[in-house]
Amino acid sequence: MATGIKDKVAILGMGCSKFGELWDMGAEELMVEAYLEALGDAGVETSQIQAAWFSTHIDEQSVGKGGTPLSVALRLPNISVTRVENFCASGSEAFRGAVYAVAAGACDIALALGVEKLKDTGYGGLPTGQPGTLLPQWGANGSAPGNFAQLASAYRAKHGVSKEDLKRSIAHVSVKSHANGAKNQKAHLQKPITEDMALNAPIIAEPLGLFDCCGVSDGAACAIVTTPEIARAMGKKEIITVKALQLALSNGLESTHNSWDGSYFHTARIAAKRAYDEAGIKRPREQVSMMEVHDCFSITELVTMEDLFISEEGRAVYDVMDGYYDADGKVPCQIDGGLKCFGHPIGASGLRMLYEMYLQLQGRAGTRQLKNPNIGLTHNLGGSPSMNVCSVAIIGAHGA
Amino acid sequence: MTGHTVGITNFGAYLPRLRLQRKAMAVANAWFNPSIMGLGKGERTMANWDEDSVTMAVEASRDALPAKDPIAARHHIGAVYFASTTMPFADRQNAGILSSALSLPEGIHTADITGSQRAGLSALIFALEKIAAGSTASALVAAADRRSTRAGSAQEFQFGDGGAAFVVARENIAARFLGSHSVSVDFIDHFRGAGEEYDYNWEERWIRDEGYSRIVPRAVKGLLEKTGVAASAIDHFILPCTFAKLDQQIAVKSGIDASKVRDNLSASVGECGTAHALLMLADALENAKPGQKILVAAFGQGCDAALFEVTAAIGKNRPQRGVKGFLARRKEETNYMKWLAFNGLVEMEKGMRAEKDNKTALSVTYRKRDMLFGLVGGKCEKCGTAQFPRTRICVNPNCGAVDEQKPFSFAELTGKILSWSADYLTYSQDPPQHYGMVTFEEGGRFLAEFTDVDIGAIDTGAEMRMVFRVKDFDEKRGFRRYFWKATPV
Repeated sequence: MATGIKDKVAILGMGCSKFGELWDMGAEELMVEAYLEALGDAGVETSQIQAAWFSTHIDEQSVGKGGTPLSVALRLPNISVTRVENFCASGSEAFRGAVYAVAAGACDIALALGVEKLKDTGYGGLPTGQPGTLLPQWGANGSAPGNFAQLASAYRAKHGVSKEDLKRSIAHVSVKSHANGAKNQKAHLQKPITEDMALNAPIIAEPLGLFDCCGVSDGAACAIVTTPEIARAMGKKEIITVKALQLALSNGLESTHNSWDGSYFHTARIAAKRAYDEAGIKRPREQVSMMEVHDCFSITELVTMEDLFISEEGRAVYDVMDGYYDADGKVPCQIDGGLKCFGHPIGASGLRMLYEMYLQLQGRAGTRQLKNPNIGLTHNLGGSPSMNVCSVAIIGAHGA
Repeated sequence: MTGHTVGITNFGAYLPRLRLQRKAMAVANAWFNPSIMGLGKGERTMANWDEDSVTMAVEASRDALPAKDPIAARHHIGAVYFASTTMPFADRQNAGILSSALSLPEGIHTADITGSQRAGLSALIFALEKIAAGSTASALVAAADRRSTRAGSAQEFQFGDGGAAFVVARENIAARFLGSHSVSVDFIDHFRGAGEEYDYNWEERWIRDEGYSRIVPRAVKGLLEKTGVAASAIDHFILPCTFAKLDQQIAVKSGIDASKVRDNLSASVGECGTAHALLMLADALENAKPGQKILVAAFGQGCDAALFEVTAAIGKNRPQRGVKGFLARRKEETNYMKWLAFNGLVEMEKGMRAEKDNKTALSVTYRKRDMLFGLVGGKCEKCGTAQFPRTRICVNPNCGAVDEQKPFSFAELTGKILSWSADYLTYSQDPPQHYGMVTFEEGGRFLAEFTDVDIGAIDTGAEMRMVFRVKDFDEKRGFRRYFWKATPV
């Protein structure tokens, strides 16, 4: 009988590069920047890393395929490096690989590193890829904002929310993230915005305007994990452990079967339930201290508040407006600026979310430090509303 | 004469929704050619960027052969003949694409008929004579054209885009075929060399006086003599012709009263190439009464002429929309730049997103041909769930049956919009790119591109029908792929 991951693995150190349009940096420089920070934080040397998991999404743009780019960039001592890719949840996937390896006892210290160098495409937005040989022949041509914007129309139809009310609510989602991002020196976008700016921005994909879309950024993030026992033996005081790691994938139901209404993430609800079970969380609205969710678009964040069972179904639109998820709200969300402002270097994003939760839990988040958080949740999503990968991870103080 | 009584059982038409206003065309071109203002009256049909002669032939054929279940309802069709001089493929049978899109059986004869403006009527006569000879019981004949013209040419004003389709058979005849006559002479009023984009036209007065006025009457005379029908017995005279009133002069010259000449739709459609004689025939049949005789002639390196007599069955198999219905489904277009862009007459800055390589894996196209061309998914025999695409394992979470899905076509079903967006980021020839989840009452859904939609006119719950369109162009290799899109009912 599986006993789950709770408290079996500790985060020894983390690092995160600056995110943004980093014209003078390639993937190698980004990887090294995140890695050196993590190494220093963990207090270990490269020779102590026994296995690595490496996440990148777009191989045509970033570093290509395989695990060698990481091994070469960090001059790893010929250890195993496994490249993982699972859409925008790739970073969480790398973390999962490293954590499971330690939990399995296959190694004592493992590395997870995600990177994406996106700003070599020559244009704004995410690059368009080739999804195999069959899908291009029938799948609707569309962009990420167009696919995620689908949620808005279905959510409005289901809950009877007016176009104006929804637009205002998702504008607040972005205003809040910009306010948070302004306090983050590593964030891609560090300027606050007003609700009017969000409401009146050019439309990218109806009803999403420019400020409803996250940044497309270069960046890398990294975690070094071990067992709580080893961490303690190494002299670590405030030990942060993994409480839950869940991944749920679409199986074609949403895109093919009429039981899904298009207004929420079927996978997120499943992953969230499993994660709360694994972490022993019974009342998420009260027990989760803070969250970093996959706010690729403002509407995604809004429906995610319901998918994670923090807001009741149909109520997120009002909780958001009430400031429930603001920095001074009950469950602060995107305290580092989120994908929206910290940025979204795809392969790094899942690890970037964990980085902020880790800093907050240790009280090291500087001007944006929250008061005594003890449970942090990260939600990392890849694909589109009708076909996706959803990761929910929970970390917290050891024993919390 | 023919061995069997044969004739038309079904007929249909297709006209694209956009109607380019000739005034707008004239205004845009008058700086260069002031005399063109004289052509600035009425409107012409304008194909959307994703329409070509094949997609229009598919729509015309669906109009002629409405069916809830196309696989079962169209299995009687024994041959398909597609006529056009603007076929998308010079070497890949275009009739085969048409046949696949209609979910017709594979054990049938299909052929492309081309090379002259009379190819549409030639194909119809050819099919009727094939049926009469007894080699097959029924055939589909479709003609469509989307002709390329230079910006500001008279042809740009005169032509239209459209298609027509007929089913011919030995039984349930709505218009009996009385016979045909052809005159074949190499009269070069215009030509388009192999690989050339545009026609080269000779002097209009010569075409009018030495061409139409001399050649068409010979074909009409031969037909009337052959069938033993008096000119005075003709109730409808059809002759596509871009010269004003020339059709009436030719009718009179042939002994047919000028009042019997059918409107050539020049004010509302324009001349649709090889499809035009058939489009006018479909229009005539929509309004014809039992016993009436229809003479249809088509000019082009000679002339084909055919004679039909309407039967009492004319009311039985009406087209779904017909010429009348498609004339009413219209949207005025006054943006001449859009016309230029849709027809490749101006090179737009498409942006880097348009650089995506649209290479098509042809082995996949073949393996999935019923899915990609016929919009055929599956229906689980165990739980009854319809699903697209068809897979080995049923998607119903309460079923999961393996290898229980039978082919099930979604092509003729009406869907509803569950979610949608208008996307300005994705490259589209006609931004914003509209798409959304379309669900079917019978079960099944998929994320579909929308076409023929207007900004601000889409919402959840709207009813959509499926249409066969060009999905992507592969300009690097000269290929285009087709798939089904959703359009408001």
